[in-house]
Amino acid sequence: MPSADKRWRIVDATMRRHGYVGNSLIETMHTVQESFGYLDEPALRFVSSSLNLPLSKVYGVATFYHHFMLKPQGEHTCVVCLGTACYIKGAAQLLGSLEKRFGIKAGQTTGDGKLSVMTARCLGSCGLAPAAVLDGTVMGKVGSADLLDRVSKQVGHDR
Amino acid sequence: MTAEELETIAQEEREACGRKKHHLHVCMAAGCLSSCSDRVKDALEAQVKAAGLEEHCQVKPVGCMGLCAAGPLVSVADQNVMYKEVTPDDAADIVGALKTQQPVQRLHCRMDVPFFARQKKIVLENCGVIDPERIEEYIAAGGYTALHQALTSMNTAEVIAEVSRSGLRGRGGAGYPTGLKWSMVAKAGGATKYVICNADEGDPGAFMDRSVLESDPHRVLEGMAIAAYAVGASRGYIYVRAEYPLAVKRLKIAIRQAEKQGLLGHNIFGTPLSFEIDIRLGAGAYVCGEETALIASIEGERGQPRPRPPFPAESGLWGAPTLINNVETFANIPPIIRQGGQWYAAIGTEKSKGTKTFALAGKVNNTGLIEVPMGITLREIIYDMGGGIPDGKKFKAVQTGGPSGGCIPEQFLDMPVDYDSLVKVGSIMGSGGMIIMDETSSMVDVARYFMEFCMTESCGKCVPCRVGTVQMHDLLTKIIDRKATVRDLALLEELCDMVRNTSLCGLGQNAPNAVLSTLRYFRNEYDELLVEDDAEPALADAGAKENAS
Repeated sequence: MPSADKRWRIVDATMRRHGYVGNSLIETMHTVQESFGYLDEPALRFVSSSLNLPLSKVYGVATFYHHFMLKPQGEHTCVVCLGTACYIKGAAQLLGSLEKRFGIKAGQTTGDGKLSVMTARCLGSCGLAPAAVLDGTVMGKVGSADLLDRVSKQVGHDR
Repeated sequence: MTAEELETIAQEEREACGRKKHHLHVCMAAGCLSSCSDRVKDALEAQVKAAGLEEHCQVKPVGCMGLCAAGPLVSVADQNVMYKEVTPDDAADIVGALKTQQPVQRLHCRMDVPFFARQKKIVLENCGVIDPERIEEYIAAGGYTALHQALTSMNTAEVIAEVSRSGLRGRGGAGYPTGLKWSMVAKAGGATKYVICNADEGDPGAFMDRSVLESDPHRVLEGMAIAAYAVGASRGYIYVRAEYPLAVKRLKIAIRQAEKQGLLGHNIFGTPLSFEIDIRLGAGAYVCGEETALIASIEGERGQPRPRPPFPAESGLWGAPTLINNVETFANIPPIIRQGGQWYAAIGTEKSKGTKTFALAGKVNNTGLIEVPMGITLREIIYDMGGGIPDGKKFKAVQTGGPSGGCIPEQFLDMPVDYDSLVKVGSIMGSGGMIIMDETSSMVDVARYFMEFCMTESCGKCVPCRVGTVQMHDLLTKIIDRKATVRDLALLEELCDMVRNTSLCGLGQNAPNAVLSTLRYFRNEYDELLVEDDAEPALADAGAKENAS
């Protein structure tokens, strides 16, 4: 294992449950991301050697799927839903106001590592459009001012 | 598990339920949960306790009740009353109203309105009624009797014949006859076969499958087990989006409960059928809704489609014959077996049988989940059930079928909703997302939105889709930026034709649909954005000079 970190044991347990077969790659990467928050190079190398797969393939699969992150996320995350229902109700403006206020684009993290702004294809909360998720809490029917206010409070920029 | 044991569980559950006088149901599906319905449930429980009603009143978490826009929803099942936009502070009044039988007026949500009254619930019959995390409630509602019936009193050919007779078509969008698909897999040779449930509901604006999985997961498991018996499979997979954590959690609970009761696993109901189900998490790739890409993803590969034939029915997961159906398709199976194909075929239109669930969203008053018989008109759905367009705005278009579908304008509002009619007007049924747009929406912008989606989600395997979608997106941006000419528009149309006819899978083939359908009905919006073509005369001049010299 790459280090003494106990979380590697959880990753190893997933691979063991599947008998270390190559087709458990995606399941394993889900476990890595759940445990560490993202997939870094040591993690990809560890998975590659444990499952006996070329590193190129592991990297290929990790980058193919949107869900897998190769970089650590900010302390807080705000996900703006860009599903059709939210888009029709002004989600693009929501995202624009966040990007402007914090000076980052969707998918980026602020320089101080406090906030990541992400987008989602559809949260499935179309009844609450436009919707955003701040640190796991869904905010429905949210306006730009309200969203900025709540994100700023959470991040502590206004202190 | 035997039929008697199943009946015992059902009876005990019904008796336990009958001992309570009042039944408060709190929606705990994702829509209402995100408006904190869990806190409402806690508050109701505390109030029931405070009022000393614990013996007589049950507070039960249930699945989706449909009217997601007005959540959190609470229903008093014994009085047929529904409350909307309930907060924890309202709990005392709701519990107080149980005795007086006078609903709390300020929260009262009428159930005799078309939104509820016009629905015909088959797939959603248990949604908002049973606790999705208790198998006993599903059994008490008649669950797993269809599986027992199929296994003990029907042979595999009879099961397939019943499904064929029902006229059920695939609810994932393409509408392939389910019975035919099943018989293909059943006929395919090989000792190992698989059943896959496609729960990779990727269309933005569609949340029907999520609601079914969150509200009534056992129904899907039962449908899959019946399918496994019919086609001769012993292993099943549910491929579900990682973005649906609650659905995944409830599926896991349901699988564990079914295994414990012997309704999944070895020798189900004492018959030779052995069937196990595993969950595979998607990882955020829209193209994985395509069946061959989904299979690649389960195999741990990048989710890229491959040419068909061979179809998965002949060579699917790990080269074995594989049956892939959508969540809603499987959810339709238990009632079809219980009540017969003929009963199901009596609902709907000639070529589209049964009901369809739709996720109603966008610029419409009643957003939420509905289930309606096929053949209902768009006008009935949008104006009667959806309650029309908010803020006195004018209807402009309804978008069906997600990024692969198209926009339908006002002149077709009286058209019946079925697979073939929707294709005729340039859209598709799709999985059931229905987004309503009003006069403020720019159709060119909507077309670009969907093109951006297809461009980002293209898996990159075939050139027409990988390069074509980028070019079409750039052209649409050029039009919106008022820099495009008539020739750009002509080029866009040409590209649409090329990408549609030469792409490998449905994602590419249908990517131009949004552009084509908006061009067909809202061409004036494109024309208004075009600028004068001043390059052409200059070129012509240059050509003339060259000729002269």
